[in-house]
Amino acid sequence: MLYREAGDFKTSYRDDSQTFPLKLDRLGYYAALAVAFLVVPFVITDYWANSVLVPFLIYAIAALGLNILTGYAGQVSLGSGGFMAVGAYAAYKLATAFPEISILIHVLLAGGITAMVGVLFGLPSLRIKGFYLAVATLAAQFFLVWLFNKVPWFYNHSASGQITVPERSFLGWIITGPQTSASAKYLVCLCFAVLLAWVARNLTRGTMGRTWMAIRDMDIAAEIIGVNPLTAKMTAFAVSSFFIGVAGALLFTVYLGAAEASETFGINKSFLVLFMVIIGGLGSIFGSFAGAAFLVLLPVFLKNVLVGSLGWPTDLAAHLELMIVGALIVFFLIVEPHGLAQLWRVTKEKLRLWPFPH
Amino acid sequence: MMPQTQQAATGAEPYITPDGRKIGGVLMDLRNITLRFGGVTAIKDISFDIREGEIRAIIGPNGAGKSSMMNVMSGFYVPQEGEVWFRGERRPQMRPYKVARLGLARTFQNIALFDGMSVLDNIMTGRLTMVKSSLLEQALWWGRAEAEENRHREQVEKIIDFLEIQNIRKTPVGRLPYGLKKRVELARALAAEPKLLMLDEPMAGMNVEEKEDMSRFILDVNDEFGTTIALIEHDMGVVMDLSDRVVVMDYGRKIGDGTPDEVRNNQEVIDAYLGVAHD
Amino acid sequence: MDQLLYASEVVVNGLMTGVMYALVALGFVLIYKASGVFNYAQGVLALFAALTLIGIQQGQVPFAHLISAVTGMHLDSFGWTVPSLLAILLTALVMVGLAILIEALVLKHLVGQEPIILFMATIGLAYFLEGLGDLMWGASVKSLDVGLPQGLSETVETMTDSLFGYGFFIDRLDIWATVIAAVLVASLVAFSQYTKQGRAMRAVADDHQAALSVGISLRFIWVMVWSIAGFVALVAGIMWGTKSGVQFSLSLIALKALPVLMLGGFTSIPGAIVGGLIIGVGEKLFEFYIGPMVGGATENWFAYVLALLFLVFRPQGLFGERIIERV
Repeated sequence: MLYREAGDFKTSYRDDSQTFPLKLDRLGYYAALAVAFLVVPFVITDYWANSVLVPFLIYAIAALGLNILTGYAGQVSLGSGGFMAVGAYAAYKLATAFPEISILIHVLLAGGITAMVGVLFGLPSLRIKGFYLAVATLAAQFFLVWLFNKVPWFYNHSASGQITVPERSFLGWIITGPQTSASAKYLVCLCFAVLLAWVARNLTRGTMGRTWMAIRDMDIAAEIIGVNPLTAKMTAFAVSSFFIGVAGALLFTVYLGAAEASETFGINKSFLVLFMVIIGGLGSIFGSFAGAAFLVLLPVFLKNVLVGSLGWPTDLAAHLELMIVGALIVFFLIVEPHGLAQLWRVTKEKLRLWPFPH
Repeated sequence: MMPQTQQAATGAEPYITPDGRKIGGVLMDLRNITLRFGGVTAIKDISFDIREGEIRAIIGPNGAGKSSMMNVMSGFYVPQEGEVWFRGERRPQMRPYKVARLGLARTFQNIALFDGMSVLDNIMTGRLTMVKSSLLEQALWWGRAEAEENRHREQVEKIIDFLEIQNIRKTPVGRLPYGLKKRVELARALAAEPKLLMLDEPMAGMNVEEKEDMSRFILDVNDEFGTTIALIEHDMGVVMDLSDRVVVMDYGRKIGDGTPDEVRNNQEVIDAYLGVAHD
Repeated sequence: MDQLLYASEVVVNGLMTGVMYALVALGFVLIYKASGVFNYAQGVLALFAALTLIGIQQGQVPFAHLISAVTGMHLDSFGWTVPSLLAILLTALVMVGLAILIEALVLKHLVGQEPIILFMATIGLAYFLEGLGDLMWGASVKSLDVGLPQGLSETVETMTDSLFGYGFFIDRLDIWATVIAAVLVASLVAFSQYTKQGRAMRAVADDHQAALSVGISLRFIWVMVWSIAGFVALVAGIMWGTKSGVQFSLSLIALKALPVLMLGGFTSIPGAIVGGLIIGVGEKLFEFYIGPMVGGATENWFAYVLALLFLVFRPQGLFGERIIERV
């Protein structure tokens, strides 16, 4: 047996609280990173970048963000689409107003602006709970999208009402605009995804994560043991919105290049991200990636099978996709409310006991 | 009907108990507390104090208002009348999380643990009020964040040793049996290093062995850390053995207050427990 | 003076729209009361009902596209048409069947889960039903006509004209919708107050365990409630479908019913009605007075923001029970 969990002892609390406590897991993780950074950029094609890898990385960031809010802090949000729009439009305004500053900085700043908007719409969470709150976040979704459609300042009075990303480069590489190469798109998104996943992990394994989970599991008890619900919920909304804002900014600047609020950031985006979190696993970093991968790959897969191989019309495939996604959501909630991440843990546990499960 | 023993609110002299523990001045003083829910009066003009280092019990039949009293003490309910004094100062009306930061920790009658987290994480939440590192430091796991995490972990591990729950450290709380959950809840409250520890029916629903364990822990906590403890309990035997002084409540009023022996011989208390026709 | 008359016309129209919202919200309340499930799929149920009704009426072959894609056969229609009343009856049966399926495949397995999990399950259900509806009956925009009168009501116009010197424009369909909604609500209330099943339903709403212990079948009640909700969805689907065609956006009216519920409280039938009316009138008036200043289309968000602000000050809604927190 090459992979084993036993015998990997820790002698300090520092070692015990690291992200991958097992040496072999750690090695696997570094190997995956090495492949992602050193191999994939050289072999990536436009098709793989545009239909699989880049959307996967961007949605993984968004799913991480929503998972922090919903999975860790227990506040259900249906406003992710609206917050992604804030990120996209903020990045657009910043990039067109300050062209001399790197667009990568703008993406981060867009995240910061989204965080502020997120806190504003998160304030009601102090009074409203559960699905009342979920419905309340719809206000953010519809209001923000309406705002970006109706106020010409946000799209610089462009005739089409669309926003289009200007061409920008970083260290001589074009990273936005139509000329961007597949590997540049991929690498930009990969850097953000890895960095933000690391941040998410740091936050959730320590004090902040425990504060959020305490609020999620029993908010009244949390307050009585000394958690300030205001700061706990507002930091959750801020951090979550930051992630979602960055995802929205990347979606617009790096991936799509152009966007229109109600088309690109409609209510369906909110549900898509929510589904990724549910299918992947609430309260799991790995789950956010798994859920994003699953829901990015599923339509590609269905399209290849139904349209590509069987020759069905695309609209039929789209309807079937809706049904499958819907059924999967229900299925996961019934069979494994903790999603793919839990499925993975359970499998490991079973393998550990195999072949003598009792 | 006047309460039988009216404690002096302040100025009680420190003394040493027969078993050698030091009882100090007044830590918490509740003065003329009245609490109403709509038309129902849950607590009616109750006063008593809790002195440093003692184990103070609140007893009474079901619905006497004991848990409501504890909720007033922990700031979760705001009484309509009366004052709560803590460490010589009048405590203004404040949110429960601020009360916790003054040095109060408690356990709950219906266990209020965070079911989605491990035992270790649950106990670590007891130390949340002491964390100083900023969000940015935590996000980058840099600066104070890591050192602080390890320092708190060390303290928590001491409590884990003390309560003999090392082997379930990483188990999700939801999977634990009832008795152990109660113990984890005690650990979480202890982790906060409280000045006053409040236990709401720490032994409810336990079998004899579990009760004995829990009693031992309560005595040890009081003895070794010198923590002041206020507890609500149904089991009269346990209460009489553990506590230094007892408050007896019935129908929201205080009907007795004193040492276990005094209370045991109080006619009104006997009536309340054995039942006497009210006229 | 004219401004005031316009505004009152807006108010009247808002009331009519509000009735429609209330109709959808009613379905939510019924299910929520009886099973504690916040049924996001209610709007899609309305869409599905309307699609099915049209399909049956026009003798459409279900899954025609799928069949042609799989087998190559081109079936579009059975070649008959079904009278409206019979079609409505058949659709109601389909909705009952759907309720049984939902109970057996989804709800039964989620008993005792947290409300928010159930809520998310109904979002999944909504996606599924939407896909199913499209797959069965095709995704094109359809018009629905079951013989309800439509168009400008001349009676109202001449009457208001003679009274105020300005004829109100009110759709006859809206008047009918109001009447039908009133009848529906009255019969629902009567049903829950005076029949055995109704009492059982209220018992279940109060406490699942206690209801079980006195011998009420939870599963039967759930199927019944979802059937009723399906029927309410059918009525709502007919109204909205007749008014603005049957298409995906029909399911978005369900989203509009959510703020209605937040205003009215999830458990209150009068709340759903009053909430619907407030939102209907509120958004029309807001659009009338403020809309032109900010570029219009405020109806997209007004209801949500209103509900949000309202809830911040009164978290339990208009008629909801006061929340006492305990530890």
